[in-house]
Amino acid sequence: MSITVKDVEHVANLARLELAEAEKERLAVELNAILKYAEKLNELDTEGVEPTSHVLPLYNVMREDEVRESLPLDKVMANAPEEEDGHIKVPAVLD
Amino acid sequence: MSILAPFETVIGLEVHVELHTKSKIFCGCSTSFGAPPNTHTCPVCLGHPGVLPVLNRQAVEYAMKAAMALNCEIAEWCKFDRKNYFYPDSPKAYQISQYDQPIGSRGWIDIEVDGKTKRIGITRLHLEEDAGKLTHIDGGFGSLADFNRVGTPLVEIVSEPDIRSPEEAKAYLEKLRAIMQYCDVSDVKMEEGSLRCDANISLRPRGQEAFGTRAELKNMNSFRGVQRGLEYEQVRQAEILESGGEVVQETRRWDEAQGKTFTMRGKEEAHDYRYFPDPDLVRLHIDEEWRERVRATIPELPDARQQRYAQQFGLPSYDAGVLTSQIKLADFFEESLKYTSDAKASANWIMGDLLGYLNANNLELADVRITGQGLGEMIGLIEKGTISSKIAKTVFKAMLESGKSPQRIVEEQGLVQISDESAIVAIVDAVIAANPQSVEDYRGGKDKAIGFLVGQIMKETKGKANPGMVNKLLLERLKA
Repeated sequence: MSITVKDVEHVANLARLELAEAEKERLAVELNAILKYAEKLNELDTEGVEPTSHVLPLYNVMREDEVRESLPLDKVMANAPEEEDGHIKVPAVLD
Repeated sequence: MSILAPFETVIGLEVHVELHTKSKIFCGCSTSFGAPPNTHTCPVCLGHPGVLPVLNRQAVEYAMKAAMALNCEIAEWCKFDRKNYFYPDSPKAYQISQYDQPIGSRGWIDIEVDGKTKRIGITRLHLEEDAGKLTHIDGGFGSLADFNRVGTPLVEIVSEPDIRSPEEAKAYLEKLRAIMQYCDVSDVKMEEGSLRCDANISLRPRGQEAFGTRAELKNMNSFRGVQRGLEYEQVRQAEILESGGEVVQETRRWDEAQGKTFTMRGKEEAHDYRYFPDPDLVRLHIDEEWRERVRATIPELPDARQQRYAQQFGLPSYDAGVLTSQIKLADFFEESLKYTSDAKASANWIMGDLLGYLNANNLELADVRITGQGLGEMIGLIEKGTISSKIAKTVFKAMLESGKSPQRIVEEQGLVQISDESAIVAIVDAVIAANPQSVEDYRGGKDKAIGFLVGQIMKETKGKANPGMVNKLLLERLKA
């Protein structure tokens, strides 16, 4: 299955990216190349190999339920586009 | 109701319950409610690059406990997935959730509606993180984000489409809340958002097996709201179907003030969450030893307690159901029984005066100061004849407000019942002497006149005269 310009538009929309027509064409080509590269994995013989969701052979890595100090508000706001009454102000959204 | 007659309503509920851990699910920020905006945030819950979430063990155990209390099977292995979406309530642009391997599945609970027990299936219970809170500025000038709630552990509980009416939906929700309360995994307060409910509702012609087109209902912020929203929606759908139209599959918002549901704008595009396993989190393995250790912490649940009350105290099933609907109420009741053996009297005071007062003032048991011990001792005072049932109402009200012991209230307010016959006789004679007309009326056959005389005696004694003795002595004199 190859990536079309339509797929690029769909993914761009989901990622809230605005792309020029030329960029869409270029990205379709690049994404196809990336997928083709990943397709190499299909050449592996996975017969008898258990599917896994993680590359590490670890499980149950957990912490105890202890409260630690949060960031000071000025540090939190350092990356906010705009601040109002301790809130991060963002463009209007509708529920 | 007639418009609904040709149809059967099918409802499934999705309930989110906030787990009351001290810290968030993947970082050490506090989960306490009501802190100034964004003061309970850190690089992990703010979604800064390069941070690593670490799972809170307590959140897992609460989820296991909740799942087992709902009779779910517990997954031996499960994982966490990313649910991707762009919305300013989520700084990471994804929510960590469980997609195809929920921690619990195939459970059920029993509900009671119109005296009949019905089993509602639970498809799954999974663990996930909560999103932030958005406040919208009037006039569309922007939205304000508070990320304190981001990362609060949640369980999402999805029911089977087994619910057939808004009343059943409410009963299901109330039972779910009770079970979560008993398990002590959540505060389950709808008004604080620690219990939230969405509903899928569709109608189908009676006898048809295939489901009709459903609407998803959101924004029902109270138990009553859930019932009202569903009642509105089933009529709306019935009217569409009756007039030959088709129900549109969509998400609708319940407007409590207007009492209507509305199509939600702005989300017309289909969701495409692109779930995939979260590479930052390793798998979760729940072995038998861990599972059984958590199972052992589940206390006696509402159904078992209701049965026990009926058997042990001979209470009607309805009374036992009301008393066990909230764990604090049930504990209050049991506390009172350490001080009185009259379980039915205690149940009556709780269901009548206590719940009446709480409901009328929109309060919870924790908001008033009366104790189970106080109620038990007050019933003892009635049994001993120290106070009358009528005076007990005054004492009860005072206990609600002050939390003082009934003995102290009786002493301080001088409410001890007058059961001294000579004292009552004196007052009865005085009242008879002062109201010759009423005495004559009574003797002339107007039975009602006695009520007036009793009232006068009670007024003279500020309600403290033993009512039985007043009646007896008054009649003796009137008939003499």
